[in-house]
Amino acid sequence: MATKTVSKPAKKKTTVKKSNGVAKPEFSKEQYLKWYEDMLVMRKIEEKAGQLYIQQKFGGFCHLYIGQEAVVAGTMSACEPGDKHITAYRDHAHPIGLGIHPKYMMAELYGKTTGMSKGKGGSMHMFHKDVNLMGGHGIVGAQIPMGAGIAFAEKYNETGNVCFCSFGDGAARQGALHETFNMAMMWSLPVVFIIENNNYAMGTSIARTTNVEDLADIGKSYHMKSETVDGMSVEAVHHAIADAAEYCRKGKGPVLLNIETYRYKGHSMSDPQKYRTKEEVEQYKAVDPIQQVLNTIKENKFATDAAVKKIQDKAKGIVEESVKFAEESPLPNREELYEDVYKQEDYPFVREYK
Amino acid sequence: MKTVQFREALREAMSEEMRSDERVFLMGEEVAEYNGAYKVSQGMLDEFGPKRIIDTPIAELGFAGIGVGAAMNGLRPIVEFMTWNFAILAADQIINSAAKMLQMSGGQYGCPIVFRGGNGTAGQLAATHSQSFEAFYAHVPGLKVITPSNPYDAKGLLKAAIRDEDPVVFLESEKMYGDKGEIPENEYIVPIGIADIKRSGSDVTIVSFGKIIKEAYKAAEELSKDGIECEIIDLRTIRPIDYNTVVESVKKTNRCVVLEESWPIASISSEIAYHVQRYAFDHLDAPVQRITQSDTPFAFSPPLIEEASPNAARLIQAVKEVAYA
Repeated sequence: MATKTVSKPAKKKTTVKKSNGVAKPEFSKEQYLKWYEDMLVMRKIEEKAGQLYIQQKFGGFCHLYIGQEAVVAGTMSACEPGDKHITAYRDHAHPIGLGIHPKYMMAELYGKTTGMSKGKGGSMHMFHKDVNLMGGHGIVGAQIPMGAGIAFAEKYNETGNVCFCSFGDGAARQGALHETFNMAMMWSLPVVFIIENNNYAMGTSIARTTNVEDLADIGKSYHMKSETVDGMSVEAVHHAIADAAEYCRKGKGPVLLNIETYRYKGHSMSDPQKYRTKEEVEQYKAVDPIQQVLNTIKENKFATDAAVKKIQDKAKGIVEESVKFAEESPLPNREELYEDVYKQEDYPFVREYK
Repeated sequence: MKTVQFREALREAMSEEMRSDERVFLMGEEVAEYNGAYKVSQGMLDEFGPKRIIDTPIAELGFAGIGVGAAMNGLRPIVEFMTWNFAILAADQIINSAAKMLQMSGGQYGCPIVFRGGNGTAGQLAATHSQSFEAFYAHVPGLKVITPSNPYDAKGLLKAAIRDEDPVVFLESEKMYGDKGEIPENEYIVPIGIADIKRSGSDVTIVSFGKIIKEAYKAAEELSKDGIECEIIDLRTIRPIDYNTVVESVKKTNRCVVLEESWPIASISSEIAYHVQRYAFDHLDAPVQRITQSDTPFAFSPPLIEEASPNAARLIQAVKEVAYA
């Protein structure tokens, strides 16, 4: 039956603290300023990436994280240096949260040799071994068993490290998730499964794909410690991640965090977004995660207006520097196609032309 | 030298590598407490314990992916599939993850993993349990594909596969696990990517691999009685293929027949035939021929199996045709 009905709006998020009456800040001034700067850089670099994509400066797919920044920022502030990270193809913000200058991400979008994956992975495949970012994966949900496997190795080597494995609400429909949840529980693997739940698998809302609308229930069905988190609040994300990581480090097993967030942009650059209303988008922009942090900074006088402006200018400068770096970096030599396919250096590729 | 079964050769390879490298572990359905569905891992739980010999639930995609993640993060997994037919459920992790990890990460993360298990027909098991996957996986850059035909090669190649830095698809056969053969008392390696001339001959080159090569041995004995001497090349590794050994042999015999257990289209036999016509064209005295399985799913009833299966009689006929005998 054909229908023009707009999907039902996402569930209302946890109410944020209103700004009348200053709430006592939960974290240090430095932490709020760092969150603000990191999230602003994520936002601004992706806004720029979106513009450049429309200008056809680079090709491929381009899935933007705009609106979801608190999930990465809160995860990265709560993790430890030895922890591992793996995510899906909406992966531009993760390296920034881990401290990698965004110019390497931008160069990857441009397919340049200076990119995070030497221009061989593109938008969907951001890797950086120095900060244990193990992708960027393009097949929906494929990183779920891989994330459990990464955690398996940490447990095997008794490191005490945790793997943070992120995926969208759409990936929660894959069979790989259910197989993995079962084994991760059987083997008490130190993995935090993070659903970056923006309520839409491309254009299909959660309500249109399942009867189990509270995604935390999926974990509970495997007796996994599971909770739902306000993903528009970086503090809430940080707390949830810190608690989950501690639970894993104690050897108690995996945790599922259903982090409810929202993407302001379409699934990809070609998404007309007919599945949701403008009002719904505005509803979330009203609780924008970056604005929330800025409000806290201002209410607590953590920074003067001039100091805030300085951060904004810095973010702008980083974006400009990143684009310049990407545009001026060299494209790969064609022969590089035959490198990084095998570790074996003299692998005899079948080559009919040279 | 000592005589061992194929399954024992595989077990020795895994056990030796596990003794020398703490990073190596084995996971799969029934590998531990049941001692292996085909007894390949018999006794390994007792020696290495449950940390390194791991029973999995029936969840091929999930445990293959867990293996991939463990390999990315520094371990050396051996993932056993009860048969490669079931590994179709894990193909996403083998083809999309393992094979591409090194390139997608710009060389930062490799995937040193061995996926192994029974391949091909194994009796009256009907369509879904009787498939051969050499050509499927050989098609995929980033993988290495091995299919040994005897215990000696099986042990040496499996050890090489476990030590290899790249992901390896290792194809065995339920029908070969009981085969006996001689192997050295001491440790040895058979390098990946090198074919083996199992029988020397001057008249026709037969290229084959895996358990079906036994039909070539039978055919060669018969043909020898008629004065036709076959050279039998066992590819052993299907990716990368040792084309050079094949081409050099054809330059000597001027004739080539490929014997393969799987289906004809986009097969290893078509790949070999292409290379032979491309690189030994002037040396050929007859068109390259091949004997493969029928272009149908494998059926249950004995006469249908008879009709589907490559065998020595068909190979003899093909050899005689290329030899104009």
